[in-house]
Amino acid sequence: MKKQDSPVWVIAEQIDCQVLAVSFQLIGQARKLAAELGTCVEVVLLGDNISEQARQLIAAGADKVYLGNAPDLAFYQPEIYTEIIVKLAKERRPEIMLIGSTSAGTELAPLIAAGLETGLTAHCIDLLLDENKILISKIPAYGGLLSIICPEKRPQMATIATGVFTSPHPDESRTGEIVPLKVPAELPGRIQTLKVVREEPEGVPLESAPIVVAGGAGAGDRKGWGMIADLAQTLNAALGSTRPAVDEGWTELETMIGQSGKMVSPELYIGVGLSGELQHMVGIVGAKVMVAVNNDAKSQVFEQVDYGIVDDCREFVPVLIEKIKEYREKLVTC
Amino acid sequence: MLKIVVCVKAVPDPKEAHKIKIDPVTKTLMRSDVPLVLNLMDKNAMEAALQLKEQLDAHITVLSMGPPPAGNVVKECLALGADHGYLLTDQAFGGADAYATAYTLAQGIEKIGEYDVVLCGMASSDGSTEWVGPQIATVLKIPVVTRVKELVEYGGQWWQVKAGMENGYRLVRVKLPAVLTVSRELNTPRTLSFSGIIKARKKEITAWGINQLGLPEESVGQKGSPTIVSDLDSLTSRRTVEIISGTREEKAEQLVNKLADAGVI
Ligand SMILES: Cc1cc2nc3c(=O)[nH]c(=O)nc-3n(C[C@H](O)[C@H](O)[C@H](O)COP(=O)(O)OP(=O)(O)OC[C@H]3O[C@@H](n4cnc5c(N)ncnc54)[C@H](O)[C@@H]3O)c2cc1C
Ligand SMILES: Nc1ncnc2c1ncn2[C@@H]1O[C@H](COP(=O)(O)O)[C@@H](O)[C@H]1O
Repeated sequence: MKKQDSPVWVIAEQIDCQVLAVSFQLIGQARKLAAELGTCVEVVLLGDNISEQARQLIAAGADKVYLGNAPDLAFYQPEIYTEIIVKLAKERRPEIMLIGSTSAGTELAPLIAAGLETGLTAHCIDLLLDENKILISKIPAYGGLLSIICPEKRPQMATIATGVFTSPHPDESRTGEIVPLKVPAELPGRIQTLKVVREEPEGVPLESAPIVVAGGAGAGDRKGWGMIADLAQTLNAALGSTRPAVDEGWTELETMIGQSGKMVSPELYIGVGLSGELQHMVGIVGAKVMVAVNNDAKSQVFEQVDYGIVDDCREFVPVLIEKIKEYREKLVTC
Repeated sequence: MLKIVVCVKAVPDPKEAHKIKIDPVTKTLMRSDVPLVLNLMDKNAMEAALQLKEQLDAHITVLSMGPPPAGNVVKECLALGADHGYLLTDQAFGGADAYATAYTLAQGIEKIGEYDVVLCGMASSDGSTEWVGPQIATVLKIPVVTRVKELVEYGGQWWQVKAGMENGYRLVRVKLPAVLTVSRELNTPRTLSFSGIIKARKKEITAWGINQLGLPEESVGQKGSPTIVSDLDSLTSRRTVEIISGTREEKAEQLVNKLADAGVI
């Protein structure tokens, strides 16, 4: 096996000098792949004032961190980020390159892949190696799972959502090398991120909520959606959604659960007026108890939950809200 | 004059797309006749182009790659107000992944000639990679901004736009020519008008195949795609469901009790 020759790469991402959870999760998975390939894990981290963060990446499993540390790199800059990574990848020839499917990662990954004229797979829910040590990306589609490979071009690239893999336990005693990258003094001048503006999200955050109520196309309209939102509020739950609900404009993209949205693993998931399409359901496989409300008894959603209610959600949800309130009141008086 | 190219994709109607399934036995796709429609977010891209044309001196070209029926979505865009339509269609273009799609579209854009802004949807409903826009930009060697949700400054050589990101946005300054991929938040697409449909009858669609683009077969379609599907699996159910029955009230009450017993509410 070619040791060190063709490493497994992770492109880490930081926001306000905080390395994102997905970067650690990808390093964890990269370690497993690298062990099977007999190679090492290398991580690229770009930002400003982030030397300390490079240590965290080593503790998480990186053997080498390429560190671009400069004021101009403080936040995602498409042109210079792409240029640095493409150039380095041409020198180092990684076998595999993993990138988190954040908004920046979703833009950066295709720019790098096209720059290297290689293949990229999206929305993977698992990554493994076949008997020829070729990377297989598992992707939900058409009610099943596709295996996608990039047989000839290198690196084999994939984008993965937060929460698909688990974060490794940091091992502070691990050692690794930090390689400072030279940042060009003249930035390429056709595009600049001038600033990044963060808005505080409303309501309970999906990723950490113990209860998630998700609504789908079956809500019918804004009024029906409002009922589902009320159910979420009654349960102090986070509100999730399927893609049609986002497309209809009832809710924001941030609430979408699934393959191209968020991965959640609550104690309780209640899916209302949604069909149990795999692209959505892969986002909640970690849930403890699952409930579905759907007016079609034959819906495939009932093959994927613990409790099923066959009913019109627009009629049922208000009744359910009342029953929950009654239950809560009883709890208080007892 | 601002030259705008809008890339639009014909996708299986999302309302019926679930009918396309993997056959558990043969492990091939069972394609029922799901009609092709204009990809939802490409309507936002078209709308952005139309609004720019209303405010500035602009010319709108629509471009799509797909099988001959995809010509209908190009026609729809002409009826919405685009000036010219191109359809890249050829057997050889079939089975393209995001990269081969972007490469072919970029060659089409080069052949169309001058362009200042290339507009794409943020994502297609079937591929949904969000990659075609950025990869067109790479092939054309121009910058790209994805998930554009507001045009702050436009009209000149340098534009300022807001690009959506998790809980916020990036303010980006970009020099034309550039690719912008637009999100649903950018605008509310107009609907087709009868007069538009009548006017569109006179507008022509130019169809180009691999020969007109002068491309080698290895560079397009499945052959030009770095990635391939190597296997398909169907899935079996993962949980055993208990269907709760009774009147509406009874169902709600039983559910609450079961969830309380499980300790999750
Ligand atoms: C590449 C790709 C990625 C995708 N990623 C995601 C993703 O991350 N997340 C996601 O959610 N989707 C994703 N999708 C879309 C996904 O394939 C499905 O289209 C979507 O999840 C279906 O949403 P839905 O269940 O709300 O709508 P539908 O499939 O239309 O189902 C609506 C359901 O509501 C029921 N219903 C209707 N009326 C009522 C009523 N009055 N009361 C009760 N029930 C009712 C119906 O019986 C039906 O089962 C992706 C698609 C692609 C191609
Ligand atoms: N075959 C195609 N023809 C024209 N435009 C396309 C095609 N495929 C993708 N696009 C454009 O790229 C955008 C993003 O698609 P995707 O990368 O598949 O999510 C779409 O909204 C379209 O604007």
